[in-house]
Amino acid sequence: MTKMAFMNAINQALDQAMEKDDKVFLMGEDILGGAGVKHLEEKNEDAWGGCFGVTKGLGPKYGKKRVIDTPLSEQSYMGAAVGAAVTGLRPVPELMFSDFIGVSFDSLLTQGSKMRYMFGGKAKLPLTVRTTVGAGASAAAQHSGAYYGIFASIPGIKVVVPSSPYDAKGLLLSSIEEDNIVVFCEDKTLYGVKGEVPEEYYTIPLGKAAVKREGKDLSIVTIGKMVSVALDVADKLSDQGVDVEVIDLRTVAPWDEETVIDSVKKTGRLIVIDEAQPHNNTATDIAATVTDKAFDYLDGPIKRVTAPNTPVPFATNLEQAYIPSADRVIEEAAEIIDDLKNSK
Amino acid sequence: MKKLTSAKAKEVFEKMSDIRNFENTLHDIFAKGEIPGFVHLYAGEEAVAVGVCSHLTDDDYITSTHRGHGHCIAKGCDLKGMMAEIYGKETGLCKGKGGSMHIADLDKGMLGANGIVGSGFPLAIGAGLRNQYLETKDVAVCFFGDGAANEGNFHESINMAAIWNLPVVFINENNTFAESTPQHYSSASKTIAERTAAYNIPGEKVDGKDFMAVYEAAGKAIERARKGEGPSLIECHTYREYGHFEGDEQTYKYDSDEENAFHERDDVKEFRDYAIKKKLFTEKVAKKIEEKSLQDVKDAVEFAKESPAPQPEALYTDVFAD
Ligand SMILES: Cc1ncc(C[n+]2csc(CCOP(=O)(O)OP(=O)(O)O)c2C)c(N)n1
Ligand SMILES: [Mg+2]
Repeated sequence: MTKMAFMNAINQALDQAMEKDDKVFLMGEDILGGAGVKHLEEKNEDAWGGCFGVTKGLGPKYGKKRVIDTPLSEQSYMGAAVGAAVTGLRPVPELMFSDFIGVSFDSLLTQGSKMRYMFGGKAKLPLTVRTTVGAGASAAAQHSGAYYGIFASIPGIKVVVPSSPYDAKGLLLSSIEEDNIVVFCEDKTLYGVKGEVPEEYYTIPLGKAAVKREGKDLSIVTIGKMVSVALDVADKLSDQGVDVEVIDLRTVAPWDEETVIDSVKKTGRLIVIDEAQPHNNTATDIAATVTDKAFDYLDGPIKRVTAPNTPVPFATNLEQAYIPSADRVIEEAAEIIDDLKNSK
Repeated sequence: MKKLTSAKAKEVFEKMSDIRNFENTLHDIFAKGEIPGFVHLYAGEEAVAVGVCSHLTDDDYITSTHRGHGHCIAKGCDLKGMMAEIYGKETGLCKGKGGSMHIADLDKGMLGANGIVGSGFPLAIGAGLRNQYLETKDVAVCFFGDGAANEGNFHESINMAAIWNLPVVFINENNTFAESTPQHYSSASKTIAERTAAYNIPGEKVDGKDFMAVYEAAGKAIERARKGEGPSLIECHTYREYGHFEGDEQTYKYDSDEENAFHERDDVKEFRDYAIKKKLFTEKVAKKIEEKSLQDVKDAVEFAKESPAPQPEALYTDVFAD
């Protein structure tokens, strides 16, 4: 184990995936950086390694055949990734910000995600789209979206949102091994977060949640950078004598119904925290499913704490208010927390 | 086209100075950590925005890019309102909700800086369609980078502008890089201008560091569009003074002496020298303009710093029209 930043764990996963399988290649904007610049080519250097430096060093190591800088043509290079995947390669394109999916959505929405089904099961789509999500970087309305719920609503696409460096590496290696389309959502505000990461190749299965903290009074189900918010809530409530269980979904499509429902059966109360918008989304899906399948075990309403139904604002104070915080969770879920305390 | 008068030349120099000082100031302020987020500076490209917008009125529309401050200033946006927006303050042009990448002022015909590369093209088509539909003499100008020229929107939009003969002028700011990627790597055509041949509209490439070259070419293209003679494209060869965004180390720069020499050119100084030589204004007037500009930018920073942050309720408003 070494202590490693989230972004370095992703870099290591890409490195090991490329080492293991020569069909794995990367494409995206400035993932090498300075492509075609003479003095950099002579020294075999990459200028950027991606906008956030996540792919730094992979270009010089694997060459321009496997680390391909694209023009600003998201529609076509994402479509090309689908075309390369269905014809036998294992592309790992980077979409710098998930907000740019608007430019390139056809490749996933009507092409890639439906191919296997439309073609009667004959096609395989070993494709992992890496992209960034999340508010909190003052990146404003067009660079801060948490769009994993939109991807997750499409049959034929799996969606991963890792919360720690350890998970990022293991989940990314699993994603790349998959013969399906996976959208791998990296919260840009987590890139610098450090954690223990084994040096060796390892995988974490998709669709399996992690119980981050066991508790018997109240379940909190969440994802990505909201996991630390949930743990914060758990700490605060523990001081008040409430024992919270925190579940990190890790994967929003498919999400781990069994772990969530088992937890609700134990605690009888559920809060879902999600940085995405409040409607037609991961949080609503979880709440609906739990109501459907574990209604008799619930001792109170399910509380969803999400971003408001607005775009992401720029001003720092508004952006901070936009992102669910521990205090806001406790405030918005006061009804079930108070009820729980009273019933003790 | 009208000759550049002395009065106009002063206005031009004011705008160019404002852009340069605004951006230099932001460069310093950003380094001090006073403003958050992504900031893409326009310094070094002043001749393009001002050379084009000098032909426009508030009734004409422009679409802009992530590198939008120069377009805003050239189109007449208020420095204080802009600075306050970049600081995320309530007094900002967009109430602090948009930030540097989304500054807009619809009253000035400024349809917004844009965080999505290439998304300005179709917006300009829409504005041009509106002008044609309402039978106005207004034009729409679309500013876009060399990188943006590789988005599908470029091709779809220019084709539509051409088949519908829209009053749209496409202004390419070819600063030779998209982030760290040089244009010679990402574009199969040597110039952006030559691509217009495929769409049967005029396209020309000019020295974008030379204000007069941009001013004259843009004047002709805009006049043409106003007369209902259709769209055209001008590629302006330019370069940015700073990195792609603040914090960019720019190791991709300096490939050849020729490129290097081009990057060293200063369009604001070149225009100043030109105007004085042509007796459009005197050295003394130039100095006065420069002093006032520095003061105006300073005042804008003061204004921004003293302004309040948005009220918490602002988070929830402006999603829908009531
Ligand atoms: C659709 C989309 N793709 C990628 C980006 C990220 N990005 C922002 S600016 C930029 C480079 C744009 O280059 P160019 O059009 O030449 O404009 P310049 O920055 O040189 O002014 C990139 C890749 C984006 N904002 N939007
Ligand atoms: Mg450029």
